[in-house]
Parts: sequence; C-alpha cells; structure tokens
Amino acid sequence: MSGVIKIKKGLNINLVGESEKIYSQIGSPNYVSIKPSDFTYLTPKMQVKVGDEVLAGDLVFVDKDKPSTGVASPVSGEITEIIRGEKRKILEVKILADKEIRYKDFGSATPSKMSREEILTRLSESGALAFFVERPFGGTVNADVAPRDIFVTGFDSNPLAADFDFALHGKEELVKTALEALAKLTEGTVYVGVSSKAGHGAIFEKSRGLEHVEFNSFQGQHPVGNVGVQIHATKPINKGETVWTMSAYDLAIVGGVFTEGKFDASRNVAVAGPGVKAPKYIKTIIGAPINDIVSGNVHDDKEYRLVSGSPLTGTQVTKEGNLGYFDSQVVALEEGHSPKFVATEGWLSLGFKRFSASRAYPTWLLGRNKQYNIDTNVNGEHRSFVVSGQYEKVFPFNIYPVHLLKAIMANDIEAQEALGIYEVLPEDFALCDFVCTSKIDAQVILADGLKSLRAELG
Amino acid sequence: MKALENMINKFKPNFEEGGKLHKYWPVFDSLDTFLFTPGHVTKKGAHIRDAIDLKRTMMMVIIALIPCLLFGMWNVGHQHFLATGESADLMAKFFFGFIRVLPLLVISYGVGLGVEFIFCIVKGHAIQEGFLVSGMLIPLIVPIDVPLWMVAVATAFAVVIGKEVFGGTGMNILNVALTARAFLFFAYPTKMSGDDVWINVPRGAEGAPAGVIDGFSGATALGDAASKVPLESFEAKYSLMDAFFGMIPGSIGETSVLAILIGAALLLFTGIASWRIMLSGLLGALAMGMIFNAVAPADNTLMQLSPLYHLCLGGFAFGLVFMATDPVTAAQTNTGKWIYGFLIGILSIMIRVFNPAYPEGVFLAILFMNVMAPLIDHYVIQANIKKRAARVKVAKA
Repeated sequence: MSGVIKIKKGLNINLVGESEKIYSQIGSPNYVSIKPSDFTYLTPKMQVKVGDEVLAGDLVFVDKDKPSTGVASPVSGEITEIIRGEKRKILEVKILADKEIRYKDFGSATPSKMSREEILTRLSESGALAFFVERPFGGTVNADVAPRDIFVTGFDSNPLAADFDFALHGKEELVKTALEALAKLTEGTVYVGVSSKAGHGAIFEKSRGLEHVEFNSFQGQHPVGNVGVQIHATKPINKGETVWTMSAYDLAIVGGVFTEGKFDASRNVAVAGPGVKAPKYIKTIIGAPINDIVSGNVHDDKEYRLVSGSPLTGTQVTKEGNLGYFDSQVVALEEGHSPKFVATEGWLSLGFKRFSASRAYPTWLLGRNKQYNIDTNVNGEHRSFVVSGQYEKVFPFNIYPVHLLKAIMANDIEAQEALGIYEVLPEDFALCDFVCTSKIDAQVILADGLKSLRAELG
Repeated sequence: MKALENMINKFKPNFEEGGKLHKYWPVFDSLDTFLFTPGHVTKKGAHIRDAIDLKRTMMMVIIALIPCLLFGMWNVGHQHFLATGESADLMAKFFFGFIRVLPLLVISYGVGLGVEFIFCIVKGHAIQEGFLVSGMLIPLIVPIDVPLWMVAVATAFAVVIGKEVFGGTGMNILNVALTARAFLFFAYPTKMSGDDVWINVPRGAEGAPAGVIDGFSGATALGDAASKVPLESFEAKYSLMDAFFGMIPGSIGETSVLAILIGAALLLFTGIASWRIMLSGLLGALAMGMIFNAVAPADNTLMQLSPLYHLCLGGFAFGLVFMATDPVTAAQTNTGKWIYGFLIGILSIMIRVFNPAYPEGVFLAILFMNVMAPLIDHYVIQANIKKRAARVKVAKA
C-alpha cells in the first residue's frame, strides 16, 4: 500500500532528557534476571533448577498453557536463585553470567527455504517465540493457531522512546531474515508499520519488496507507533480472529536465531528522562541490572523514579532491578512527592511549567516543541468520570473508550465485546491514563477487564 | 507557604485513621487539597499525569461566570433605579445589586456545600468539586426578589434529590442548578414568574411595588412578548442592543448576552465546554425561530420575533453556554452532542413560544434533554456496535 496513513488523534509528550544518538558499551553483566510477569498471563513451568548451567538460548521456563512458547536465557551461566512470592508464585529467575557469553548453537538456517513448521520449531526451541504477542488479550502466542496476519511496528512513539533506526543500526540483514521467517508463519500478510518522518525506516531498507510483507507508512502523534493503532487503521481484529504482533526492536534477535543460529539478546537501550545526566544509548542485554545501565548517570539532587520501559506503560524498578524482557528504554522521572500550593504551582497557578493536553493550562500556547519536566505526581485526586470527550482526543480507535471502560467496570461481557475490547490492549489506553481529569487508571481497568474476559472464555 | 503546610500537617493526624476527628476526614481533606495539590505519586498505570484536574476545570467555569455575575449585580441596581426613577452612577447601581445578590450566593454555597459535606461525612467519601459550579449557577438563574429561604430549600432539594441520591458528582442525570430552578418554579410559581419578581423595587402594603415611576410594569421582555404586545411596540421597548447588552429585567445572570459571550469565549478557548453543543444549540434555536417566523399568525408576537431576539432574550444564551454544556448531564459522544445541542435549541424556542403559563423554555428544554441524553448516546453507540458487527460478518463471509 502506498501513501501515508494519517492518525489524527493522539498526543506527543515532550519530556526533557531525550537520548542523544550516541551509545556506550557496558561490560557484560554479572548476573541477569528474568521475570515471568513481563509476559502477560504466563504461568511459568520451569525447565531448569537452581544450580543448573545454561547457555544463552537455553529455555529457562515455558508457558504452562502454551508450551511451545518458552523464555530463553540471555546469557550463559548458572541459575543461582528462583525467587518465589505468595503461593510460591515464581517472581524472578536469577542467572549468574559467565564473563564471556557461550551460545547454544541452533545452526544457521535460511527461513525462505524452510517450512512453516521448521520455522516455528526454531523459534520455539530458541525462545524467540516469546517476543511475539497474541491479540486479542496480549498474551504469549499459541503456535497451534495460525494467525490471520502478523503486525510489526517499526517505530516507537512513546515519550523519550528509543529510535529503532539508531538502536538497530547495522542489523538490517537480521531484520530482513526475521521478516522472511514471519512471512511464512501466516497465511495472511506481514504488515510493517513505519514512521512517515523523513529518514525513518532505515532498518527496513534491505527488507523492502519481500513477498507477503507489506509496508505502511504512518503519520501522527503518539500512540501512532502502537501496533494496536496500526492494526486498527489497516485491518482491525474481529471477534474470533487472532493476530500476532511484535516490535521491530526484537526483529534482530529473531533474525539472529536463523542467520547466526544463536540467541543473541543484546539490546541498545535508550537511557533518558529528566533525571539522567547524559541521556544516551547503552549497549547491554535483556535482563541486565538497571544499576549497570544507569550507573553514575542519574542525578542525586532529588529523588528519581526509574522506569524500565516507557513513562506511560513501563514498570517501576529500583537500581537493584533489571531491564524488562521487551523494554527498549530506561527512564528516570522526578518523584512528585511534595505538595503543590494552589496559587504558585497548583490548580490556580498560571501553569506555564505544567504540561497539559487540555487547554486549561497554557501548554498549547507555548508551542509543540517545548520540553517539560513532568514528575510522577498524580496532579489531582481520583474522581468519578466527569469530563467527556477527553479520551477520544488521544484514542485513535473507532471505539468509545469510556463506555468500554464502564462496560468492564460493570462486568458486562456482551457489551465489552460489542464495544470492541478485542481490538485494544492496556498500552492503547496509556494516554487516557495521562489526560484523565478524574485521574482514573484506564490501563489498569482494561488490563483487569481483559484478564477476567479471557478467564471467562476459557 | 511552608508554614501553612506545616500547620496542615500538624492537624492531619487528628483526622487520619484512628484520629479523634477521623469522621470529619472529608472536610479536612477538601480543605487540604484545596490549598495543596497532594504529593500523591502514581502507583499504577502511566507514571506521569497531565496537570489538569477537576478543580482546575471547575475553576475555569467559575471564572467564566464572573462577567455574568458582575453584570447581573449592576443590572439589579440599574433596573431598580430605572423603576424608581432615581438617578445613580455605575458604582451605586453595582453596590445596590451587590448587597442583594451576595446573600443569594452565600445561601446557595452555604446550603449546597453543607449538604454535600454531610453526605460525604456519612459516606466517608472525598468531597468532589461539582457543587463549586452549581453553587454559582443557582443565584444567577433566579429572579432577584426570590426569598432566600426558597433558594435554600431549592438548593438542598437539588443537591439531595438531583445529585446525591444518584451517587454524587459525575453520577447525576439532571443538571443540579436547573433542578433547583425547576423546583422553585413548580413549588413556588408565584415567586418565579409573573411581573413582580424580576426587579427589586420598594414594596408597599401587601408587597405591591411602591414609589415607582408611572407606567412601571416589572415584566420581562418575554413576558411582554407573551402577552401579545404588538411587535412594533415590543421592538420599541426592547431594542436588540439592549437585549444583547442585557439592560433588561430577567434572572440575575442571564440578561447580558455580551457577558455570557465573554464566558463562552473562555470556555471554548480552554476547551472546557463542548463547542459542538454550543454551536448545534445555536443552530437549533435559529432554525426554530425562522420556522416560527414563517408560519406566525398576525397576533403572536413571540412567533414573530426574529430569531436573533430569541437568542438574546430570556435565559437561552446562559442556559446554552453554561448548563447545556455540563459534561455530566449532556450527551457523552461527539455525535450525540450535536443531536443533543440541536434539540435543546429547537425545544427551548418551542417551549418558550407554546408554553401558556410561562414564557421561558430553556431550563425545561435542557432538563428534558438531560433525560434524553443517555438515549441519544445509546443509539450513537449502537451504530458503532453495528458497524463492528457488520465487519465480523464480512470477515466471515
């Protein structure tokens, strides 16, 4: 499809501390940690026990309900700890890493010459299948059900997001190989969404013209980079259909398990945000300790919150935490603990420093490119839904977001289905969280709704 | 500010869980959060949040109402001195109105917030900001001579029956201020209509106006039009400009379209009120006015009135700008807002023209559409649902 798909609704949030296009290499980490909670709905079935030696690419656990999806170790080394929580739920698996990573050898392979089953087997045994997300519901994929189509988002529009072109520079061949593999997994098409901005999409320069792969150019504000928005604009999901999605950020790893025959989980992570001294990219690995990634690079004048992932959807971590399995950015945000006096910084102030999507603050007069230091203060208190039409401005789906949320609150499954719950994931509601006057946690409501709906459907 | 913060923090433990005054937490909390946006940080969902909150939103509406309030105060004085034939300067007129409108404001806020506080203490909920606007609206939509106790009763009724029984701010079906207005109108019609309540004049025995100029009537423009004053003499008595600037008798805040437009500009500029509702309401009223013009019989002044008069007279402009756009009671969907606003425009003028008892229809039109808004939304959403269902069929075929 040629031409640009314009997404008219949305909101770009300009935070201070965007990563410069330079990267530092940090030494390989002493240990990595993998959390089953990075994978929605996944119940881990351990494949290793404490004391076992693993290679990079050995499966650490598989999904109990979908055993073809397993999660592989990013490093070689020894399983040192399996941390369990309430009811012995597995929270974290810690792996003491070798100095030099040893990879499990899957053998080099060319996807274009392989059958669908061979490709699936390779993805499954190498743990690469864990990078796919199934829609509806956003869980791990079920290899037994062929997806209608596969959607890949080629860019990230979140605040302070990593630039995939920069992060994956030099891996264009791997991206191409991965797309060839994806094309064999579906009877339908592999849709790749690229940004319409000039100079974007360089990682796909070798992939253009692949069979069964269609490139669509998207223009607009965040959440234009969300794969859900791109699906909705190209070929929406209907009840009963399944599609697979993934981020182009992970394509290089998928490509690596074919071309190089190894699971190379290295990542180029954007370290950014108001609390970062020198925002830049760090070459590291999935599950690496946050402390290694931000070491010495976070201001210590104030309290900062570290987030693995985007400021809108990421997970709060401490320095002792680890980089999430899917995360491409680590952000340091100022904690907003101090109360704000009504007339100087609060709700009666002029508010030139307060970012707002609503025009009740002068943000919109100050230009789109002004950067703000938004702290983690809620900026108000929880209220009932009062203002209408607010979510719709940042929610580029032909869905009534508030009515969908209310259907979830009322536990009305028929209404949820009718209103289009299958087309959205919590990340698509992230901006609703942000703009809400009543400070309602829309993402949480949707996540709970999807979880109970999924349980209901069995 | 630190001192204030410290003082609040000193008293806080008394109101917290286990404190002696924990029952009154909602009151303390409302005061505390009024002064200081609390240092709560995000725990779930997005880590960063927009600066907007309900207090800011409500404050914008209150600021938008200030021109109407100030003009209303002046006009109370202006009408008084016109009636008595005395001359007075701007400040004298304003001050005359000020001391008569202020009690209404105090009663409305006092009773409304009081009821709200009691409900929140009983339910243990935080106090929501909804009444900040309602409390301002109520004095602006009543005649100046309405007795204070009636305003108190109406406000209490509106907050309890109009809002709290449904679950408080955000849950109400009817606009709270209009509920108070409707209560007053149906409970005490003699104090809310007729020719005797719109202008504050000296009263003689049995409440009859005394010391007024010859030919004083005290009727509103719409009242005159309804009593079939011929169009020419009507237009001579009330020029369109007078009606636009608001130097005519009427409810306190509703007369000046200019002041209302200033408020409307702020509401549209800040995006707080829906431009869809305002625009479609305007179109609806114009359309209805023109239809009536086209079919008006010779002796029906109200039907003959040009649509522009209809926009400027009575409470239409005020209702459309400040009440129809109440986000809780209006239609929630964008398409629904168009329909909702347009029908308010149509019905306002229609009720105004056909209601034999009382020549004003805006508040009834808005209340009626408040009730209909969920139905409008229902059909708009059904259309969306059908579209989705049709897509499934196509995909399966």
